[in-house]
Amino acid sequence: MNLLRRPWRLAAEASALLIALVVAFPLYWMVLSAFKPAGEIESTEPRPWTLAPSLDSFRRVFGQQDFGRYFVNSLVVACSVVIVSALIAFLAATAVTRFRFRFRTTLLIMFLVAQMVPVEALTIPLFFQMRDFGLLNTLGSLILPHIAFSLPFAIWMLRGFVKAVPEALEEAAYIDGASRARFLWQILFPLVLPGLVATSVFSFISAWNDFLFAKSFIISDTSQSTLPMALLVFYKPDEPDWGGVMAASTVMTIPVLVFFVLVQRRLVSGLGGAVKD
Amino acid sequence: MTSATHRATRAPWLYLAPALVVLGGLLVYPIYQLGLISFFQYTQAQVSGGEPTTFQGFGNYSALFSDPEFWQVLLATVLFAAACVVSTLAVGCALAVLLTRVRAVPRLALMLAALGAGATPAVTGSTVWLFLFDPDFGPVNRILGLGDHSWTYGRLSAFFLVLLEVVWCSFPFVMVTVYAGIRAVPAEVLEAAALDGASQWRIWRSVLAPMLRPILTVVTIQSVIWDFKVFTQIYVMTNGGGIAGQNLVLNVYAYQQAFASSQYSLGSAIGVVMLLILLAVTLGYLRLLHRQGEEL
Repeated sequence: MNLLRRPWRLAAEASALLIALVVAFPLYWMVLSAFKPAGEIESTEPRPWTLAPSLDSFRRVFGQQDFGRYFVNSLVVACSVVIVSALIAFLAATAVTRFRFRFRTTLLIMFLVAQMVPVEALTIPLFFQMRDFGLLNTLGSLILPHIAFSLPFAIWMLRGFVKAVPEALEEAAYIDGASRARFLWQILFPLVLPGLVATSVFSFISAWNDFLFAKSFIISDTSQSTLPMALLVFYKPDEPDWGGVMAASTVMTIPVLVFFVLVQRRLVSGLGGAVKD
Repeated sequence: MTSATHRATRAPWLYLAPALVVLGGLLVYPIYQLGLISFFQYTQAQVSGGEPTTFQGFGNYSALFSDPEFWQVLLATVLFAAACVVSTLAVGCALAVLLTRVRAVPRLALMLAALGAGATPAVTGSTVWLFLFDPDFGPVNRILGLGDHSWTYGRLSAFFLVLLEVVWCSFPFVMVTVYAGIRAVPAEVLEAAALDGASQWRIWRSVLAPMLRPILTVVTIQSVIWDFKVFTQIYVMTNGGGIAGQNLVLNVYAYQQAFASSQYSLGSAIGVVMLLILLAVTLGYLRLLHRQGEEL
């Protein structure tokens, strides 16, 4: 877009780079502090670099009882939520975009309204429900509610991706003798997959992030705890172990970033190539 | 959708069945339970089965509404969410416009930084921002020369700190969405406006904003919902609601009533109030969509 004269564009580019630095700074500081030796973290003159990177903070974090286990627990919760909710949302999104039926609009409105529900407010009834299911202190008590909470948004987002697959393709498949199930899983599913992956970022993050349910439903069996709880062990309001907190934060943030980067690639390659009229 | 196969009445419900079962069992039923609990007396004694649950009618609600703290928290929640929404939208839109004005390298840098911020879990984002603003060891106070000024001590400055974190992690969604929307506007339209001598601000206000209205509506509503429900950031950054509860918002307030004070029915009543407020926002949104003639 050549709407701007040169000095203006240079100014715009300089400010874009500057803003990028400011936005990235907290993450940089987190990783930096995770590698700083204790003396430099507890210094009143913090410097934006370190000449003596150390793994002490990470050692402390992984030396904490069961930290690796918490990591695996978080991964199990997030992956179960992503896979199950993606499959369920795919089916539901197909139903509401490729079929006309009674109550379709009503359902769509319900899915929209369901996104507004403040899930934190449901902690109380869910706590009793999980108790009755005998799921308290198990990962199931985290997985089940998160599947439900990520569904409305996932269905809503996926509609666009399912709609983008041309109807001619569907008709051609049926003319070639494909059954509906075959069309669904062998043609539609691969085409929608990039969208599914993109949508699952949100369910992954909400499950990986979850702090409230982990705090409320895993009460006595700490072997079932997830990362946020492990992180907050180092964060005591009066005397936080900042090195430990930053190292644990780094460990907790990296999988999400990796997931994000993978998804970006998928999105571009998937949308560009596969779905062409 | 006119082909005969699509008029089948059973197939869509078959596809919808798993979603409806899950949502019914883990969303609709808990909402019903939430409403029910809010009408009963439900404290630790009832949970452990020591005492029978007694019907209270609107007793919990009248207790809640006559408590000045509730109104104070409600007001704080509304103002805080409004401030977060306005800041997030302003930053997101401004940076989206900026993205269209720069070449690939700065654009990629800003996109990557924003994605990183957007992908950061709320718990880690909260601890990192707290550390940045730490009175003893944080870099921000050094840079600004504030000495050992504590950001979480004062009510407003604590809210402001949480707001910064919330904007930091939620503007990327607005920026990326609005940027995609601007890119979809035909270049000729913008060039014509520029040739006619329209200023940048004028182009945004008279050309882009009206064309982007559907997208702007979506990101606004999404932000309202997210920011009204903020829990983790307040809970972690102000240590459970701030000094003497000065930074409580509805969600944290409900949680504290239920799980810290074992007042499950009061907590549920607060939850019901939140639900109703967000329902009202949603209905307003649906009417807006309807008026804009958008098809679902």
